[in-house]
Amino acid sequence: MTSRPALEVVRCGLPVLVEDGGRPGLAAIGVGRSGAADRSAWALGQRLLANPVSAAALEITYGTAEFVARGALVITLTGASVPATVAGRPVPMAAVVALRDGDRLVLGPPDSGLRTYLSVRGGVVVDAVLGSRSTDVLSGIGPAPLTAGDTVPVGTPPTDVFPVVDAAAPHPVPAPLRLRTTPGPRTDWFADAGGLTAATWTVSPDSNRVAVRLEGPPLERAQEYAGRELPSEGLVPGAVQVPADGRPLVFLADHPVTGGYPVIAVVRHTDLDLAAQARPGDPLTFTT
Amino acid sequence: MTVRLVPYGEQAVLVELDDLEAALAADHVVRELVSREDLGVMDVVPAARTVLVTAQSPGLVGPLTARLDAALQTMPEGAAPPAEGEVEVPVVYDGPDLADVATATGLTEAAVVAAHTGTPWRVAFGGFAPGFAYLVGGDNRLRVPRRATPRTSVPAGSVGVAGEFSGIYPRTSPGGWQLLGHTDLVLFDVDRDPPALLRPGWTVRFTAVR
Repeated sequence: MTSRPALEVVRCGLPVLVEDGGRPGLAAIGVGRSGAADRSAWALGQRLLANPVSAAALEITYGTAEFVARGALVITLTGASVPATVAGRPVPMAAVVALRDGDRLVLGPPDSGLRTYLSVRGGVVVDAVLGSRSTDVLSGIGPAPLTAGDTVPVGTPPTDVFPVVDAAAPHPVPAPLRLRTTPGPRTDWFADAGGLTAATWTVSPDSNRVAVRLEGPPLERAQEYAGRELPSEGLVPGAVQVPADGRPLVFLADHPVTGGYPVIAVVRHTDLDLAAQARPGDPLTFTT
Repeated sequence: MTVRLVPYGEQAVLVELDDLEAALAADHVVRELVSREDLGVMDVVPAARTVLVTAQSPGLVGPLTARLDAALQTMPEGAAPPAEGEVEVPVVYDGPDLADVATATGLTEAAVVAAHTGTPWRVAFGGFAPGFAYLVGGDNRLRVPRRATPRTSVPAGSVGVAGEFSGIYPRTSPGGWQLLGHTDLVLFDVDRDPPALLRPGWTVRFTAVR
């Protein structure tokens, strides 16, 4: 029996997560969708490799990681742009790259953005939980985060479809980050509906896959809503919630299914992936 | 009764109701509609005064909202939706707050247990943690506030009350509810289908064991 191809994590700054399209449809029993934080970057990786659309990849936060191929693999890197080498030779982002058994893939820190996706042809095939291989950092559902020494198995590539392009145009994360929003559903809870778009916010170091937390001038409640409690209601990724301290946060893939603070606006779905690339210290603005 | 449909981003609509009873009825109508017709719904999230309905893509929200509006405006008023299933939950009533709840309600400990087991509860909505269910419709005498200081760790299976709700902690977690006892039932298991024992619309009957 030949051993199945695999990717080994040699070192990583922050834990590496397995993520796919997530587990939609379970919010009523308290299970969020989760999945890749930057969905378009993850999806691009699967398309470049002609993987099934549900294939799982590795989500690397802040780059700075090293992997070794166990068996021959075909990989691609998407999302936050990082300097990368395979067996010492530089490789570009969003390119289809072959790794021989034992080749080392070394990633540096991202030039901009936060999350880089390492996709592999055949997908990462850890056991699925509730139909998905995604790690949900809020509920703890899904595979354990990977650290140095961990190995993940790689699936059998499809035999009827093959990569048809070598590379896609890179998508650098724009700076400064500007997120377009639609107002509501609770804009009327705030004294100044324009307060969210008027300020330049700073991404807080407390941000994670649950939410991008922001620092800046607190958003004041409208007088008739001062001190009022909102019965918990459903949340979506991109919801801009304003807790009691007035500092907004943008919910990402691992958001809680319900929340008890008013949502002043929702980030447009085309800009949600940008929010997932916001890193601590970045300036961030909202527009309507 | 008024039903308001509020846009929630580009991919969802929030159904707003006046009270919990109406929200339960609306949740039932929405889930029945979604099971009957393919409207491109990704998720239905019931809560205390709202039902959030998310679509699989932004272009589906317009027709979905129109269809929901039509179904909800003709919702029968005042009629509680039928139970969708029933679960019996055996409880050992030895919780650390049983005496406090007795004091707060003016009942004996035995009367608290009788009140908790005497009326069937209904799963209203989830949230908080996978498998957690907010149960409503129990004996009104059991309405007690949350503990002044939440516990940092409440064991899995703990059965508690807070406000109009009762609930069971699916796993060990922090919590502020007043604990009446515990059950050995597994509330949430990812290897079970469906994974959650208690789902919106189900009836829950507590029974005292020992």
